[in-house]
Amino acid sequence: MENATVDPLVPARAAKRRSWKLPRLDWRGTAAVAGFFLAWQLAVILALPGFDEIPGPWEVLNTFVGEFLFSADYWASWAVSFQRVFLGFLIAQVIGIPLGLFFGINATLRSLVFPVFEMMRPIPPLAWVPLSILFWPTNESSIIFITFIGAFFIITINVFEGVRSIRPEHVWLARSLGAGTFRIFRKIMLPAVIPSIAVGMTLGIAVTWNVVIAAEMIASDSGLGRLTWEGYVSSTPTVVVVGMISIGIAGYLSTVIVDWIERKMMPWKAGR
Amino acid sequence: MSDTQTSAPAGPAGLAPRPETGRLSISHVGKVYDPDGSAVVAVEDFSLEVAAGDFVAIVGPSGCGKSTLLNVLAGFDTLTSGEVLLDGTPLARPGLAPRPGPDRVVVFQHGALFPWMTVLDNVTYGLVKQQKMPRAEARRRAMELLAASGDLDQIAGSFPAKLSSGMQRRVEIIRALINDPKVLLLDEPFRAMDTVNKNTMHRHLLELYRRNRKTIIFITHDLEEALFLADRVIVMTTRPGKMKMDIAVDLPRPRTRAMMASDAYLALREKAVVAVSEEAKRAFERGEREMA
Repeated sequence: MENATVDPLVPARAAKRRSWKLPRLDWRGTAAVAGFFLAWQLAVILALPGFDEIPGPWEVLNTFVGEFLFSADYWASWAVSFQRVFLGFLIAQVIGIPLGLFFGINATLRSLVFPVFEMMRPIPPLAWVPLSILFWPTNESSIIFITFIGAFFIITINVFEGVRSIRPEHVWLARSLGAGTFRIFRKIMLPAVIPSIAVGMTLGIAVTWNVVIAAEMIASDSGLGRLTWEGYVSSTPTVVVVGMISIGIAGYLSTVIVDWIERKMMPWKAGR
Repeated sequence: MSDTQTSAPAGPAGLAPRPETGRLSISHVGKVYDPDGSAVVAVEDFSLEVAAGDFVAIVGPSGCGKSTLLNVLAGFDTLTSGEVLLDGTPLARPGLAPRPGPDRVVVFQHGALFPWMTVLDNVTYGLVKQQKMPRAEARRRAMELLAASGDLDQIAGSFPAKLSSGMQRRVEIIRALINDPKVLLLDEPFRAMDTVNKNTMHRHLLELYRRNRKTIIFITHDLEEALFLADRVIVMTTRPGKMKMDIAVDLPRPRTRAMMASDAYLALREKAVVAVSEEAKRAFERGEREMA
Protein backbone atom coordinates (compact mmCIF):
# COMPACT_ATOMS: atom_id res chain seq x y z
CA MET A 1 0.00 0.00 0.00
CA GLU A 2 2.72 2.43 0.92
CA ASN A 3 5.04 3.21 -1.93
CA ALA A 4 8.14 1.11 -1.58
CA THR A 5 10.11 2.80 -4.32
CA VAL A 6 13.83 2.95 -3.79
CA ASP A 7 14.80 6.53 -3.18
CA PRO A 8 18.27 7.75 -4.04
CA LEU A 9 17.83 10.65 -1.65
CA VAL A 10 17.53 8.34 1.27
CA PRO A 11 20.75 6.74 2.40
CA ALA A 12 19.10 4.94 5.29
CA ARG A 13 17.30 2.55 2.99
CA ALA A 14 20.35 1.52 0.99
CA ALA A 15 22.26 0.84 4.17
CA LYS A 16 19.57 -1.44 5.47
CA ARG A 17 21.04 -4.91 5.68
CA ARG A 18 19.78 -8.00 7.32
CA SER A 19 22.16 -10.12 9.31
CA TRP A 20 21.28 -13.70 10.17
CA LYS A 21 22.78 -14.46 13.51
CA LEU A 22 21.94 -17.44 15.66
CA PRO A 23 20.00 -16.19 18.66
CA ARG A 24 21.87 -16.60 21.91
CA LEU A 25 20.64 -19.68 23.73
CA ASP A 26 18.38 -18.73 26.62
CA TRP A 27 19.54 -21.16 29.36
CA ARG A 28 16.69 -20.50 31.75
CA GLY A 29 14.12 -20.92 29.02
CA THR A 30 15.71 -24.17 27.86
CA ALA A 31 15.84 -25.49 31.39
CA ALA A 32 12.19 -24.58 31.94
CA VAL A 33 11.05 -26.41 28.81
CA ALA A 34 13.22 -29.46 29.59
CA GLY A 35 11.93 -29.43 33.17
CA PHE A 36 8.35 -29.37 31.94
CA PHE A 37 8.78 -32.44 29.77
CA LEU A 38 10.75 -34.20 32.50
CA ALA A 39 8.04 -33.53 35.09
CA TRP A 40 5.39 -34.74 32.67
CA GLN A 41 7.31 -37.95 31.95
CA LEU A 42 7.88 -38.49 35.68
CA ALA A 43 4.22 -37.94 36.48
CA VAL A 44 3.31 -40.62 33.95
CA ILE A 45 5.99 -43.09 35.17
CA LEU A 46 4.94 -42.62 38.80
CA ALA A 47 1.28 -42.88 37.72
CA LEU A 48 0.30 -39.85 39.76
CA PRO A 49 -3.48 -39.47 40.30
CA GLY A 50 -5.14 -38.63 37.00
CA PHE A 51 -2.14 -39.57 34.92
CA ASP A 52 -2.92 -43.26 34.55
CA GLU A 53 -4.40 -42.80 31.09
CA ILE A 54 -2.23 -39.89 29.97
CA PRO A 55 0.66 -40.77 27.66
CA GLY A 56 4.13 -39.49 28.45
CA PRO A 57 6.04 -37.22 26.07
CA TRP A 58 8.33 -40.02 24.94
CA GLU A 59 5.38 -42.19 23.97
CA VAL A 60 3.80 -39.27 22.15
CA LEU A 61 7.00 -38.60 20.25
CA ASN A 62 7.26 -42.26 19.26
CA THR A 63 3.68 -42.33 18.08
CA PHE A 64 4.19 -39.10 16.18
CA VAL A 65 7.29 -40.30 14.35
CA GLY A 66 5.91 -43.78 13.78
CA GLU A 67 2.34 -43.02 12.75
CA PHE A 68 2.01 -39.38 11.81
CA LEU A 69 5.18 -37.78 10.55
CA PHE A 70 5.06 -39.65 7.24
CA SER A 71 1.30 -39.97 7.02
CA ALA A 72 -0.38 -38.12 4.18
CA ASP A 73 -3.65 -38.11 6.13
CA TYR A 74 -2.03 -36.28 9.01
CA TRP A 75 -0.67 -33.51 6.81
CA ALA A 76 -3.99 -33.36 5.02
CA SER A 77 -5.56 -32.50 8.39
CA TRP A 78 -3.13 -29.59 8.67
CA ALA A 79 -3.98 -28.44 5.18
CA VAL A 80 -7.72 -28.65 5.75
CA SER A 81 -7.62 -26.72 9.04
CA PHE A 82 -5.29 -24.10 7.62
CA GLN A 83 -7.52 -23.66 4.63
CA ARG A 84 -10.59 -23.14 6.83
CA VAL A 85 -8.75 -20.65 9.00
CA PHE A 86 -7.39 -18.87 5.94
CA LEU A 87 -10.74 -18.61 4.17
CA GLY A 88 -12.72 -17.60 7.25
CA PHE A 89 -10.09 -15.04 8.22
CA LEU A 90 -9.76 -13.68 4.69
CA ILE A 91 -13.50 -13.29 4.17
CA ALA A 92 -13.74 -11.60 7.57
CA GLN A 93 -11.11 -9.07 6.45
CA VAL A 94 -12.67 -8.51 3.06
CA ILE A 95 -16.10 -7.80 4.53
CA GLY A 96 -15.11 -6.45 7.95
CA ILE A 97 -12.60 -3.79 6.90
CA PRO A 98 -14.89 -1.98 4.44
CA LEU A 99 -17.83 -2.32 6.83
CA GLY A 100 -15.80 -0.81 9.69
CA LEU A 101 -14.71 2.03 7.41
CA PHE A 102 -18.31 2.68 6.38
CA PHE A 103 -19.45 2.68 10.00
CA GLY A 104 -16.80 5.29 10.69
CA ILE A 105 -17.50 7.47 7.67
CA ASN A 106 -21.20 7.23 6.98
CA ALA A 107 -23.50 8.08 9.87
CA THR A 108 -26.60 7.01 7.98
CA LEU A 109 -25.28 3.56 7.25
CA ARG A 110 -24.07 3.28 10.82
CA SER A 111 -27.45 4.10 12.30
CA LEU A 112 -29.11 1.64 9.92
CA VAL A 113 -26.79 -1.34 10.33
CA PHE A 114 -24.97 -0.88 13.61
CA PRO A 115 -27.85 -1.85 15.94
CA VAL A 116 -28.23 -5.21 14.21
CA PHE A 117 -24.48 -5.65 14.25
CA GLU A 118 -24.33 -4.96 17.97
CA MET A 119 -27.20 -7.36 18.57
CA MET A 120 -25.34 -10.20 16.84
CA ARG A 121 -21.89 -9.42 18.22
CA PRO A 122 -22.24 -10.96 21.70
CA ILE A 123 -23.38 -14.32 20.29
CA PRO A 124 -20.39 -16.68 20.58
CA PRO A 125 -19.29 -18.12 17.22
CA LEU A 126 -19.96 -21.69 18.35
CA ALA A 127 -23.57 -20.83 19.09
CA TRP A 128 -23.87 -20.38 15.35
CA VAL A 129 -22.99 -24.03 14.63
CA PRO A 130 -26.47 -25.59 14.46
CA LEU A 131 -28.04 -22.81 12.40
CA SER A 132 -25.01 -22.69 10.20
CA ILE A 133 -25.27 -26.39 9.42
CA LEU A 134 -28.94 -25.95 8.58
CA PHE A 135 -28.33 -22.88 6.45
CA TRP A 136 -25.25 -23.76 4.41
CA PRO A 137 -25.42 -26.52 1.80
CA THR A 138 -22.14 -28.20 2.80
CA ASN A 139 -20.40 -28.86 6.09
CA GLU A 140 -17.30 -27.21 4.73
CA SER A 141 -19.06 -23.94 4.03
CA SER A 142 -20.72 -23.93 7.45
CA ILE A 143 -17.36 -24.41 9.19
CA ILE A 144 -15.82 -21.61 7.16
CA PHE A 145 -18.81 -19.47 8.02
CA ILE A 146 -18.38 -20.08 11.76
CA THR A 147 -14.68 -19.29 11.45
CA PHE A 148 -15.60 -16.13 9.61
CA ILE A 149 -17.99 -15.13 12.40
CA GLY A 150 -15.17 -15.54 14.90
CA ALA A 151 -13.00 -12.91 13.23
CA PHE A 152 -15.58 -10.70 11.53
CA PHE A 153 -16.95 -8.79 14.53
CA ILE A 154 -13.53 -8.21 16.01
CA ILE A 155 -12.15 -6.86 12.73
CA THR A 156 -15.11 -4.61 12.04
CA ILE A 157 -15.18 -3.10 15.53
CA ASN A 158 -11.44 -2.44 15.46
CA VAL A 159 -11.57 -0.71 12.09
CA PHE A 160 -14.55 1.36 13.22
CA GLU A 161 -12.69 2.44 16.35
CA GLY A 162 -9.68 3.20 14.18
CA VAL A 163 -11.69 5.56 11.99
CA ARG A 164 -13.13 7.27 15.04
CA SER A 165 -9.70 7.86 16.51
CA ILE A 166 -8.27 9.54 13.40
CA ARG A 167 -6.90 12.88 14.55
CA PRO A 168 -8.89 15.76 13.05
CA GLU A 169 -5.62 17.70 12.71
CA HIS A 170 -4.43 15.18 10.13
CA VAL A 171 -7.56 15.58 8.04
CA TRP A 172 -7.54 19.38 8.39
CA LEU A 173 -3.93 19.58 7.44
CA ALA A 174 -4.34 17.37 4.39
CA ARG A 175 -7.21 19.61 3.34
CA SER A 176 -5.05 22.70 3.84
CA LEU A 177 -2.36 21.15 1.72
CA GLY A 178 -4.82 20.67 -1.11
CA ALA A 179 -6.04 17.09 -0.79
CA GLY A 180 -9.58 16.31 -1.92
CA THR A 181 -11.99 13.93 -0.23
CA PHE A 182 -10.83 10.85 -2.12
CA ARG A 183 -7.15 11.55 -1.51
CA ILE A 184 -7.82 12.15 2.15
CA PHE A 185 -9.52 8.78 2.30
CA ARG A 186 -6.69 7.00 0.51
CA LYS A 187 -3.65 8.77 1.93
CA ILE A 188 -4.82 9.82 5.39
CA MET A 189 -7.73 7.70 6.58
CA LEU A 190 -6.59 4.34 5.28
CA PRO A 191 -3.05 4.52 6.68
CA ALA A 192 -4.37 5.98 9.92
CA VAL A 193 -6.63 2.94 10.28
CA ILE A 194 -3.98 0.34 9.44
CA PRO A 195 -2.76 -0.04 13.07
CA SER A 196 -6.34 -0.82 14.08
CA ILE A 197 -6.67 -3.31 11.24
CA ALA A 198 -3.51 -4.95 12.55
CA VAL A 199 -4.93 -5.21 16.06
CA GLY A 200 -8.05 -6.75 14.60
CA MET A 201 -5.95 -9.25 12.65
CA THR A 202 -3.94 -10.30 15.70
CA LEU A 203 -7.04 -10.84 17.80
CA GLY A 204 -8.91 -12.32 14.85
CA ILE A 205 -6.39 -15.01 13.98
CA ALA A 206 -6.33 -16.29 17.57
CA VAL A 207 -10.12 -16.51 17.73
CA THR A 208 -10.21 -18.13 14.32
CA TRP A 209 -8.10 -21.07 15.46
CA ASN A 210 -10.18 -21.48 18.62
CA VAL A 211 -13.33 -21.55 16.60
CA VAL A 212 -12.16 -23.80 13.78
CA ILE A 213 -10.94 -26.49 16.18
CA ALA A 214 -14.19 -26.56 18.13
CA ALA A 215 -16.24 -26.49 14.96
CA GLU A 216 -14.26 -29.40 13.53
CA MET A 217 -14.85 -31.43 16.68
CA ILE A 218 -18.59 -30.83 16.45
CA ALA A 219 -19.35 -30.83 12.79
CA SER A 220 -16.59 -32.13 10.58
CA ASP A 221 -14.85 -35.33 9.55
CA SER A 222 -11.50 -33.74 8.84
CA GLY A 223 -8.96 -31.30 10.21
CA LEU A 224 -6.74 -31.10 13.26
CA GLY A 225 -9.72 -30.61 15.59
CA ARG A 226 -11.31 -33.79 14.24
CA LEU A 227 -8.02 -35.67 14.58
CA THR A 228 -7.84 -34.74 18.25
CA TRP A 229 -11.45 -35.65 18.86
CA GLU A 230 -11.11 -39.01 17.13
CA GLY A 231 -8.15 -39.77 19.36
CA TYR A 232 -10.46 -39.29 22.32
CA VAL A 233 -13.36 -41.24 20.86
CA SER A 234 -11.11 -44.17 19.89
CA SER A 235 -9.39 -44.12 23.31
CA THR A 236 -5.95 -43.38 21.92
CA PRO A 237 -4.78 -40.52 24.11
CA THR A 238 -1.41 -40.30 22.33
CA VAL A 239 -3.32 -39.13 19.26
CA VAL A 240 -5.11 -36.52 21.37
CA VAL A 241 -1.79 -35.11 22.54
CA VAL A 242 -0.32 -35.17 19.03
CA GLY A 243 -3.42 -33.24 17.89
CA MET A 244 -3.12 -30.70 20.70
CA ILE A 245 0.54 -30.03 19.99
CA SER A 246 -0.16 -29.78 16.27
CA ILE A 247 -2.91 -27.24 16.90
CA GLY A 248 -0.58 -25.23 19.12
CA ILE A 249 2.11 -25.17 16.46
CA ALA A 250 -0.40 -24.29 13.74
CA GLY A 251 -1.74 -21.39 15.78
CA TYR A 252 1.75 -20.16 16.51
CA LEU A 253 2.72 -20.31 12.82
CA SER A 254 -0.39 -18.33 11.89
CA THR A 255 0.48 -15.68 14.45
CA VAL A 256 4.00 -15.41 13.05
CA ILE A 257 2.63 -14.98 9.54
CA VAL A 258 0.09 -12.37 10.64
CA ASP A 259 2.79 -10.47 12.57
CA TRP A 260 4.95 -10.45 9.47
CA ILE A 261 2.10 -9.11 7.33
CA GLU A 262 1.40 -6.43 9.93
CA ARG A 263 5.01 -5.27 9.91
CA LYS A 264 4.86 -5.04 6.12
CA MET A 265 1.67 -3.01 6.37
CA MET A 266 3.18 -0.51 8.82
CA PRO A 267 6.79 0.17 7.90
CA TRP A 268 6.65 3.33 10.01
CA LYS A 269 6.15 1.28 13.16
CA ALA A 270 9.23 -0.83 12.59
CA GLY A 271 12.58 0.47 13.75
CA ARG A 272 14.23 2.83 11.33
CA MET B 1 -9.47 48.24 4.21
CA SER B 2 -6.68 50.39 5.53
CA ASP B 3 -3.29 48.81 5.36
CA THR B 4 -1.67 48.86 8.75
CA GLN B 5 -1.20 50.91 11.85
CA THR B 6 1.85 49.22 13.30
CA SER B 7 4.58 47.54 11.39
CA ALA B 8 8.07 46.22 11.82
CA PRO B 9 10.94 48.63 11.30
CA ALA B 10 12.03 48.47 7.67
CA GLY B 11 14.17 45.43 6.98
CA PRO B 12 17.30 45.30 9.11
CA ALA B 13 20.24 43.44 7.70
CA GLY B 14 19.31 40.03 6.43
CA LEU B 15 15.55 40.15 6.92
CA ALA B 16 13.84 39.34 3.66
CA PRO B 17 11.77 42.18 2.19
CA ARG B 18 8.12 42.46 3.10
CA PRO B 19 6.10 40.06 0.90
CA GLU B 20 3.43 41.48 -1.39
CA THR B 21 0.69 39.21 -0.16
CA GLY B 22 -0.41 38.10 3.26
CA ARG B 23 -2.32 41.14 4.55
CA LEU B 24 -4.94 40.03 7.05
CA SER B 25 -7.92 42.14 8.03
CA ILE B 26 -9.84 40.74 10.93
CA SER B 27 -12.80 42.94 11.74
CA HIS B 28 -15.35 42.61 14.53
CA VAL B 29 -15.02 38.88 14.51
CA GLY B 30 -17.19 36.80 16.83
CA LYS B 31 -17.70 33.10 17.42
CA VAL B 32 -20.48 31.62 19.49
CA TYR B 33 -20.60 27.90 20.12
CA ASP B 34 -24.04 26.57 20.74
CA PRO B 35 -23.88 22.81 20.89
CA ASP B 36 -26.66 22.24 23.44
CA GLY B 37 -28.62 25.45 23.73
CA SER B 38 -26.28 27.11 26.21
CA ALA B 39 -24.35 29.56 24.06
CA VAL B 40 -20.64 29.93 24.76
CA VAL B 41 -19.06 33.07 23.38
CA ALA B 42 -15.54 32.07 22.42
CA VAL B 43 -14.50 35.25 20.63
CA GLU B 44 -16.26 38.61 20.72
CA ASP B 45 -15.76 41.70 18.58
CA PHE B 46 -12.12 41.00 17.84
CA SER B 47 -10.43 43.22 15.27
CA LEU B 48 -6.87 43.16 14.03
CA GLU B 49 -5.04 44.45 10.97
CA VAL B 50 -1.90 42.55 10.10
CA ALA B 51 0.48 43.89 7.47
CA ALA B 52 1.97 41.44 4.97
CA GLY B 53 5.09 39.85 6.42
CA ASP B 54 4.43 40.86 10.02
CA PHE B 55 5.12 38.44 12.85
CA VAL B 56 2.20 38.75 15.24
CA ALA B 57 1.93 36.83 18.50
CA ILE B 58 -1.39 36.41 20.26
CA VAL B 59 -1.18 35.83 24.00
CA GLY B 60 -3.99 35.03 26.38
CA PRO B 61 -5.10 32.66 29.10
CA SER B 62 -6.22 29.14 28.19
CA GLY B 63 -9.69 29.04 26.72
CA CYS B 64 -9.63 32.68 25.60
CA GLY B 65 -10.50 31.76 22.05
CA LYS B 66 -7.01 32.03 20.55
CA SER B 67 -7.24 28.61 18.96
CA THR B 68 -10.78 29.29 17.77
CA LEU B 69 -9.48 32.37 16.02
CA LEU B 70 -6.67 30.39 14.44
CA ASN B 71 -9.06 27.66 13.25
CA VAL B 72 -11.21 30.33 11.62
CA LEU B 73 -8.18 31.80 9.86
CA ALA B 74 -7.10 28.34 8.72
CA GLY B 75 -10.55 27.56 7.36
CA PHE B 76 -11.40 24.76 9.78
CA ASP B 77 -14.19 26.62 11.52
CA THR B 78 -16.91 29.18 10.76
CA LEU B 79 -17.64 32.65 12.13
CA THR B 80 -20.85 33.82 13.72
CA SER B 81 -20.15 37.50 13.19
CA GLY B 82 -17.62 39.80 11.59
CA GLU B 83 -15.35 39.18 8.66
CA VAL B 84 -11.81 38.10 7.81
CA LEU B 85 -10.14 39.26 4.62
CA LEU B 86 -6.86 38.02 3.18
CA ASP B 87 -5.44 40.55 0.73
CA GLY B 88 -8.94 41.92 0.35
CA THR B 89 -10.56 38.57 -0.44
CA PRO B 90 -13.09 37.26 2.09
CA LEU B 91 -11.79 34.25 3.98
CA ALA B 92 -14.46 33.93 6.58
CA ARG B 93 -17.78 35.53 7.35
CA PRO B 94 -21.07 34.13 8.62
CA GLY B 95 -22.60 31.87 6.00
CA LEU B 96 -19.35 31.32 4.14
CA ALA B 97 -18.29 27.68 4.15
CA PRO B 98 -14.89 27.17 5.78
CA ARG B 99 -12.27 26.77 3.10
CA PRO B 100 -8.81 25.54 4.10
CA GLY B 101 -6.05 26.11 1.61
CA PRO B 102 -2.30 25.99 1.09
CA ASP B 103 -2.13 29.78 1.43
CA ARG B 104 -2.72 29.37 5.20
CA VAL B 105 -0.95 26.41 6.73
CA VAL B 106 -1.13 25.52 10.41
CA VAL B 107 1.47 24.00 12.70
CA PHE B 108 -0.41 22.39 15.56
CA GLN B 109 0.39 22.26 19.24
CA HIS B 110 0.67 18.48 19.37
CA GLY B 111 2.13 18.13 15.94
CA ALA B 112 0.43 16.61 12.95
CA LEU B 113 3.10 14.99 10.83
CA PHE B 114 1.65 11.97 9.07
CA PRO B 115 3.28 9.07 10.94
CA TRP B 116 3.00 6.76 7.94
CA MET B 117 5.04 9.01 5.65
CA THR B 118 8.76 9.67 5.77
CA VAL B 119 9.95 13.15 6.64
CA LEU B 120 10.54 13.86 2.97
CA ASP B 121 7.11 12.61 1.91
CA ASN B 122 5.54 14.68 4.67
CA VAL B 123 7.29 17.83 3.51
CA THR B 124 6.52 17.36 -0.17
CA TYR B 125 2.95 16.11 0.36
CA GLY B 126 1.27 19.43 -0.35
CA LEU B 127 3.40 20.37 -3.33
CA VAL B 128 2.79 17.06 -5.01
CA LYS B 129 -0.95 17.09 -4.23
CA GLN B 130 -1.41 20.53 -5.69
CA GLN B 131 0.77 19.58 -8.65
CA LYS B 132 2.72 22.78 -8.18
CA MET B 133 5.91 21.11 -9.29
CA PRO B 134 7.12 17.67 -10.32
CA ARG B 135 7.97 15.29 -7.52
CA ALA B 136 11.70 15.42 -8.20
CA GLU B 137 11.81 19.18 -7.94
CA ALA B 138 9.63 19.19 -4.84
CA ARG B 139 12.09 16.77 -3.27
CA ARG B 140 15.06 18.90 -4.18
CA ARG B 141 13.40 21.99 -2.67
CA ALA B 142 12.50 20.03 0.43
CA MET B 143 16.06 18.76 0.87
CA GLU B 144 17.38 22.32 0.59
CA LEU B 145 15.04 23.62 3.25
CA LEU B 146 15.69 20.63 5.50
CA ALA B 147 19.43 21.05 5.13
CA ALA B 148 19.18 24.73 5.97
CA SER B 149 17.40 23.96 9.23
CA GLY B 150 20.13 22.22 11.17
CA ASP B 151 20.94 19.30 8.87
CA LEU B 152 17.44 17.88 8.91
CA ASP B 153 18.17 16.45 5.46
CA GLN B 154 20.06 13.70 7.27
CA ILE B 155 16.80 12.26 8.53
CA ALA B 156 14.73 12.83 5.39
CA GLY B 157 14.14 9.10 4.98
CA SER B 158 13.09 8.49 8.57
CA PHE B 159 9.58 8.18 9.86
CA PRO B 160 8.43 10.91 12.28
CA ALA B 161 8.29 8.57 15.28
CA LYS B 162 12.07 8.38 15.14
CA LEU B 163 12.47 12.14 15.59
CA SER B 164 12.64 14.22 18.74
CA SER B 165 9.70 16.55 19.27
CA GLY B 166 11.89 19.53 18.41
CA MET B 167 12.88 17.96 15.09
CA GLN B 168 9.27 17.04 14.39
CA ARG B 169 8.13 20.59 14.91
CA ARG B 170 10.89 21.95 12.69
CA VAL B 171 9.89 19.52 9.95
CA GLU B 172 6.31 20.70 10.32
CA ILE B 173 7.28 24.32 10.00
CA ILE B 174 9.22 23.46 6.86
CA ARG B 175 6.27 21.48 5.52
CA ALA B 176 4.18 24.59 5.97
CA LEU B 177 6.76 26.97 4.50
CA ILE B 178 7.51 24.92 1.40
CA ASN B 179 3.94 25.50 0.29
CA ASP B 180 4.75 29.18 0.19
CA PRO B 181 1.72 30.16 2.26
CA LYS B 182 0.65 33.76 2.55
CA VAL B 183 0.05 33.25 6.22
CA LEU B 184 1.76 30.81 8.56
CA LEU B 185 -0.39 29.87 11.54
CA LEU B 186 1.43 28.53 14.57
CA ASP B 187 -0.73 27.17 17.38
CA GLU B 188 1.50 26.99 20.47
CA PRO B 189 3.97 24.86 18.57
CA PHE B 190 6.62 24.78 21.30
CA ARG B 191 4.31 24.46 24.26
CA ALA B 192 5.47 21.09 25.53
CA MET B 193 9.19 21.87 25.28
CA ASP B 194 11.76 22.71 27.90
CA THR B 195 13.61 26.02 27.84
CA VAL B 196 16.70 24.78 26.04
CA ASN B 197 14.68 23.16 23.29
CA LYS B 198 12.46 26.18 23.05
CA ASN B 199 15.43 28.49 22.57
CA THR B 200 16.76 26.27 19.79
CA MET B 201 13.34 26.27 18.14
CA HIS B 202 13.12 30.05 18.39
CA ARG B 203 16.45 30.39 16.68
CA HIS B 204 15.38 28.08 13.86
CA LEU B 205 12.01 29.77 13.48
CA LEU B 206 13.53 33.26 13.34
CA GLU B 207 16.08 32.07 10.82
CA LEU B 208 13.33 30.60 8.63
CA TYR B 209 11.37 33.84 9.02
CA ARG B 210 14.42 35.90 8.07
CA ARG B 211 14.90 33.95 4.86
CA ASN B 212 11.30 33.26 3.88
CA ARG B 213 9.39 36.11 5.37
CA LYS B 214 5.66 35.45 5.67
CA THR B 215 2.85 36.82 7.71
CA ILE B 216 2.98 34.77 10.89
CA ILE B 217 0.25 34.43 13.48
CA PHE B 218 1.81 32.80 16.51
CA ILE B 219 -0.47 31.68 19.32
CA THR B 220 1.09 31.18 22.71
CA HIS B 221 0.50 31.66 26.39
CA ASP B 222 4.21 32.33 26.96
CA LEU B 223 4.66 36.08 27.05
CA GLU B 224 8.46 36.02 26.95
CA GLU B 225 8.35 33.87 23.85
CA ALA B 226 5.86 36.22 22.20
CA LEU B 227 7.95 39.33 22.93
CA PHE B 228 11.15 37.68 21.78
CA LEU B 229 9.75 36.48 18.45
CA ALA B 230 7.12 38.92 17.29
CA ASP B 231 6.79 42.41 15.83
CA ARG B 232 3.49 42.80 17.63
CA VAL B 233 2.06 41.10 20.66
CA ILE B 234 -1.70 41.02 21.03
CA VAL B 235 -2.96 40.31 24.52
CA MET B 236 -6.44 38.77 24.55
CA THR B 237 -8.93 38.92 27.37
CA THR B 238 -10.27 35.80 28.98
CA ARG B 239 -13.40 34.35 27.36
CA PRO B 240 -15.12 35.90 25.52
CA GLY B 241 -11.84 36.71 23.79
CA LYS B 242 -11.45 40.38 22.94
CA MET B 243 -8.37 42.41 22.29
CA LYS B 244 -6.93 43.72 25.53
CA MET B 245 -3.69 45.26 24.39
CA ASP B 246 -1.70 45.67 21.19
CA ILE B 247 2.01 46.00 21.90
CA ALA B 248 4.47 46.98 19.17
CA VAL B 249 7.81 45.30 19.82
CA ASP B 250 10.34 47.75 18.39
CA LEU B 251 13.35 45.59 19.01
CA PRO B 252 15.67 45.27 16.00
CA ARG B 253 16.18 42.01 14.14
CA PRO B 254 17.99 39.70 14.32
CA ARG B 255 16.83 39.29 17.87
CA THR B 256 19.30 38.17 20.49
CA ARG B 257 18.92 36.99 24.05
CA ALA B 258 20.94 40.03 25.14
CA MET B 259 18.10 42.28 24.01
CA MET B 260 15.92 40.64 26.61
CA ALA B 261 17.90 42.54 29.23
CA SER B 262 17.56 45.96 27.59
CA ASP B 263 15.52 48.72 29.23
CA ALA B 264 13.29 48.98 26.17
CA TYR B 265 12.42 45.30 26.43
CA LEU B 266 11.91 45.34 30.17
CA ALA B 267 9.52 48.27 29.88
CA LEU B 268 7.50 46.42 27.24
CA ARG B 269 7.47 43.32 29.32
CA GLU B 270 6.29 45.11 32.41
CA LYS B 271 3.36 46.57 30.51
CA ALA B 272 2.42 43.21 29.05
CA VAL B 273 2.87 41.23 32.25
CA VAL B 274 0.30 43.39 34.01
CA ALA B 275 -2.22 42.92 31.23
CA VAL B 276 -1.67 39.18 30.95
CA SER B 277 -1.80 38.50 34.66
CA GLU B 278 -5.02 40.50 35.02
CA GLU B 279 -6.62 38.22 32.46
CA ALA B 280 -5.12 35.10 33.93
CA LYS B 281 -6.53 36.09 37.30
CA ARG B 282 -9.97 36.73 35.81
CA ALA B 283 -9.86 33.39 34.01
CA PHE B 284 -8.87 31.68 37.24
CA GLU B 285 -11.62 33.31 39.24
CA ARG B 286 -14.19 32.47 36.63
CA GLY B 287 -12.94 28.91 36.62
CA GLU B 288 -13.50 28.77 40.36
CA ARG B 289 -16.98 30.17 39.93
CA GLU B 290 -17.78 27.63 37.24
CA MET B 291 -16.53 24.84 39.43
CA ALA B 292 -18.63 26.01 42.39
